[in-house]
Amino acid sequence: MATFVLPVHLMSTITVTRKFLIVLSLVALLPTVSAAQVTFERLLNADDEPHNWLTYSGGYSSNRHTKLDQIHADNVDDLELSWVFQASSLEAFQATPLVVDGIMYLTEPVNNVVALDAKRGSVFWKYEYTPSSQARPCCGAVNRGLAILNDTLFLATLDGNLIALDAIAGKPLWQTTVADPTQGYALTLAPLVIKDKVIVGVAGGEYGIRGYIDAYDVETGEQAWRFYTIPGPGEPGHETWENDAWMTGGAPAWLTGSYDPDLDLTYWGIGNPGPDLNPAQRPGDNLYSDSVVALDPDTGELEWYFQFTPNDPYDYDSVQIPVLIDAPDGNGGTLRLMLWANRNGFFYVLDRETGRFLNGDNFVPVNWASGLDDFGRPVQTPQPPGTTTFPGIQGGTNWYSPSYSPETGLFYVSAWEAYGSNFEPQEQEHQPGRVFLGGRPANPFGAGANVPGLRRGHINNWTEAAGGGAVIAIDPRTAEERWRVPMTDVTSSGILTTASNLLFTGNREGHFHALHAETGELLLRKTLGGMIANGPMSYMVDDTQYVAVAAGHSLFVYSLPEE
Amino acid sequence: MPILNQTSPFRLSALVAIPALLVGLGGSGASAQDHVGQYEQADVEFGVRLYNANCVRCHSETGDAVAGVDLRTGTYSRADSDAALMALIRRGIPDTAMPPNDFSRAELTGLVAYLRTMRDFDLRGVTLGDETRGHTLFTGKGACSSCHRVSGQGPRTAPDLSDIGAIRTAANLHQSLLDPSGSMLPVNRPVRAVLSDGTVLTGPRLNEDTYTIQLIDQSERLRSLEKSDLRELVAVTTSPMPPATDVLDEQEVADVLAYLLSLKGLN
Repeated sequence: MATFVLPVHLMSTITVTRKFLIVLSLVALLPTVSAAQVTFERLLNADDEPHNWLTYSGGYSSNRHTKLDQIHADNVDDLELSWVFQASSLEAFQATPLVVDGIMYLTEPVNNVVALDAKRGSVFWKYEYTPSSQARPCCGAVNRGLAILNDTLFLATLDGNLIALDAIAGKPLWQTTVADPTQGYALTLAPLVIKDKVIVGVAGGEYGIRGYIDAYDVETGEQAWRFYTIPGPGEPGHETWENDAWMTGGAPAWLTGSYDPDLDLTYWGIGNPGPDLNPAQRPGDNLYSDSVVALDPDTGELEWYFQFTPNDPYDYDSVQIPVLIDAPDGNGGTLRLMLWANRNGFFYVLDRETGRFLNGDNFVPVNWASGLDDFGRPVQTPQPPGTTTFPGIQGGTNWYSPSYSPETGLFYVSAWEAYGSNFEPQEQEHQPGRVFLGGRPANPFGAGANVPGLRRGHINNWTEAAGGGAVIAIDPRTAEERWRVPMTDVTSSGILTTASNLLFTGNREGHFHALHAETGELLLRKTLGGMIANGPMSYMVDDTQYVAVAAGHSLFVYSLPEE
Repeated sequence: MPILNQTSPFRLSALVAIPALLVGLGGSGASAQDHVGQYEQADVEFGVRLYNANCVRCHSETGDAVAGVDLRTGTYSRADSDAALMALIRRGIPDTAMPPNDFSRAELTGLVAYLRTMRDFDLRGVTLGDETRGHTLFTGKGACSSCHRVSGQGPRTAPDLSDIGAIRTAANLHQSLLDPSGSMLPVNRPVRAVLSDGTVLTGPRLNEDTYTIQLIDQSERLRSLEKSDLRELVAVTTSPMPPATDVLDEQEVADVLAYLLSLKGLN
């Protein structure tokens, strides 16, 4: 396929610049807080306090890169288990903890919140919340974490509520209803705080919902704005739907967005259109499904969008974490970029100021499209009925957090390779609250053959024909693979990179890994005995660096031995 | 754009191309829900077992014995969701022959998983012979028991057939008897591992991850091997089992088939 390479003079050396300006008028809006509180200014400059982990993705640019370097290639093999937190739930452990000045805040599956001593694992308090039995998440009762502002934590619940908690006492401050679970809506993401608002998006793309992203006042819980991810009548983009398909067109937003304070834009990935597998029921491009949208965080107004998979027949949600990097343009200016490894199997480089497509290429084998045109639109090549489409329904990647390292200039993603599905679309009438799939993803190997799904037990007995996993390092200057480390099983783990050129990740086999970020060389392998499905993160307490990773139903925290 | 064939020192490679696949074994027993529309293999297999024990009498193995009801379609007029289908199975249908059933949640999950994927199974009718004669052939002329284990008797180096009649259809088994290599499931491919000292181990793979593989070797010992220590690791795609027709006539194959279908396991 053609490769669209950025002019070398524009991207000869990619570095991340972090000079966030605080608008004085914005500061005036903030409540008076004590120094220990997590102010918006601290969130803006999260990279400057790497001993903490203040947002789901570690900072507004979402690169999951820590400046901590106490653990490095020469001593990573010495890591020892410091403590373990065992969840009282058997649901998948997908949350990334927050750490603020020695206190860890963690969601215990599904919607309990725990405050722990980040050095010892001792529990300060536990807030218990049981979602309504009306909740009907498509793909597991999961939660991915919390947001914090000042002394308030924000929790989005499976049954559609947003709850503010006192971070000191663990008591609720307010609760507001974001979505109706009986209609198939759910909240599984970690919220995102920007200025004086807390922002959440809904899940439910398998139920014929009409997706939206909401902002609420951090103090009162009152709704500030709503952005419907499917434009209504009279709005631009509505013409990409026919008849009433827009009303049940899905387009959820179930992963946390990113934020550029200089442009004052927040970026959110939008999920699949519905019914998932039968595009004949929804002719048109189906905006803003499978897109990234850039929104004004004060008003929710759309600044721009870029659609990855128009009229998607494969459930290629585009909810992946938008990774924001800055690069010198060679003329004294700065390229403001967004990196995106999409569930559809393609890696994209976008201009995050305008949404313009700059470059892209597939990072896993694909056959649903022969490539991307000059505008980044896929040249679709639908496969004949009864044959296998790559990637399959779980995609080339999914919600597993990627990472970007300014030290190596590389982007890292957890991928499912050579994994396919036979898509069988079928006409389906929508019924509120009922699954609205419009067909099924048939097993390409016929009845009874093992293929990867979302679940992982103790036994892996599928074969290479069913696909495998990999960590892939991509050079954003060329969109080409720099190295890859294959795995027998597929992987659902997020990725963390460090200033010492380490890459921490895991896999569904229960292995926790440290790789060399420049080469992919394996430096550490520990068997934790359960699927790793969250993003490893790092923090420091009393001059000791810790790395936390969830496996199975427990959170494992490692550090170097005391000297 | 080509679909790449990846090779890796961490991946088990096959000797020849993958044959047509039939029903497999294994899978996870996790309790969490998979993506809607996808069903866990362990649930499907559990459902086959339950269907054959509870439903086949009225609906038949092919699912179309009740007038106006064809279970293979995977869509049902009285149940438009998995939850509704579970409720229907549990409740029964008043004023019809469909009785209420006291299935557990796990059993209902298995039944729905099988019903939704039933169309993928080979449900062709095949001729069945005499079960007793089949047993005699299995242990005698056919020499099946020289490799396969049934109810704790026999070697462990080929697939255990103790419950094969509960998890495979007659057509699947018939095809396996006629064409063992062509219908061998990838999951049943024996592996061949060569240790650094040249020792060759062969036997069924039990489990595998990126770094290790677990198998039963030819001495029927459990072995866990570090892949990086091996000189060679391959999956053998040619079945050591000859086609049944090499040693049995058509009637005798039908007899063995009847015997295999009688093997329902402990439960």
